[in-house]
Amino acid sequence: MEITNEQMERYSRQIILQGVGGKGQKKLLQAKILIIGTGGLGSPASMYLAAAGIGTIGLVDFDNVDLSNLQRQIVHSTNDIGRPKVLSAKESITAINPDVDVVTYQKIVNAGNLKNIIKDRDYDFILDCTDNFPVKFLINDACVLLQKPFSHAGILGFKGQTMTYVPGRGPCYRCVFQTPPPSDAVPSCKQAGVLGVLGGIIGTLQATEAIKYILGLGNLLTGYLLIYDALTMDFRKVKLSRNKKCAVCGEKPTITKLIDYEQPKCEAKR
Amino acid sequence: MNITLNGKIVFLDKKMMVDELLKVTKAQTPEYVTVQINNEFIDKADFGITPINEGDTVEYLYFMGGGQ
Repeated sequence: MEITNEQMERYSRQIILQGVGGKGQKKLLQAKILIIGTGGLGSPASMYLAAAGIGTIGLVDFDNVDLSNLQRQIVHSTNDIGRPKVLSAKESITAINPDVDVVTYQKIVNAGNLKNIIKDRDYDFILDCTDNFPVKFLINDACVLLQKPFSHAGILGFKGQTMTYVPGRGPCYRCVFQTPPPSDAVPSCKQAGVLGVLGGIIGTLQATEAIKYILGLGNLLTGYLLIYDALTMDFRKVKLSRNKKCAVCGEKPTITKLIDYEQPKCEAKR
Repeated sequence: MNITLNGKIVFLDKKMMVDELLKVTKAQTPEYVTVQINNEFIDKADFGITPINEGDTVEYLYFMGGGQ
């Protein structure tokens, strides 16, 4: 694969970076990244990854665009209300960069289909941009079982968190949070609200991790949970160790296939 | 004694177990907080029998489920 003159110009600002170059840009153009959830986190993540020239971007979301999404889900526009989010997002990111092959999955992720979605294009890196715990655990377990790296993130109120799992290189999400909280025990964004920019900040961090992973640059958030508080402007990196008793990646794993946990009632329809 | 809780120095006037620390420091939804002491995860079942010691670094890790 050769980089065209047009691509050379489009990506010139990152090609000149030390550690990227033409070689790195080719890696990005050949990379396949799956983004699960095209909302607050998935919007900026998909836009920046497309702009950076990620060759294949998979988008998973079953939902349609709603007026109340537009305060933070910047990949969608007012004209998209009522349309499937994956189509709206595909149009936006193709408009940013027609180089990108966008694959859409308008599906509710569950134990029956997630592995197949990941295997569909043999994605290199997965972004968890979802809004509920059953799916967050599902993504974690699928990535551990398939030995795929992924970025976890969550936002709520004025805070956000993110960590990166790389097989064999650090703890998984379940090492930290053993099992999903019962439905409605922990507030969701719908109940507690969220500042729109949180998705931009944390989702962009997820895109950064994906790009670094593909390029093999710097240090990832493996073995760390990054916690951001917009009110105090504190970024804290909490060091995490692997949990030997982890049910999916520990010494004696009890989870060997995916589990569908019950979705919280207030979120199930979203 | 002093401990470091979520990156800040906190003074405790007596020795206590993890479950009491969660209470006196007003942790939100304490039943769903992951607690790490000096970089080791503490089993929830052991919150009542795990003491906090002078100089410990304690982290409360909260569920954050939003994203859409």
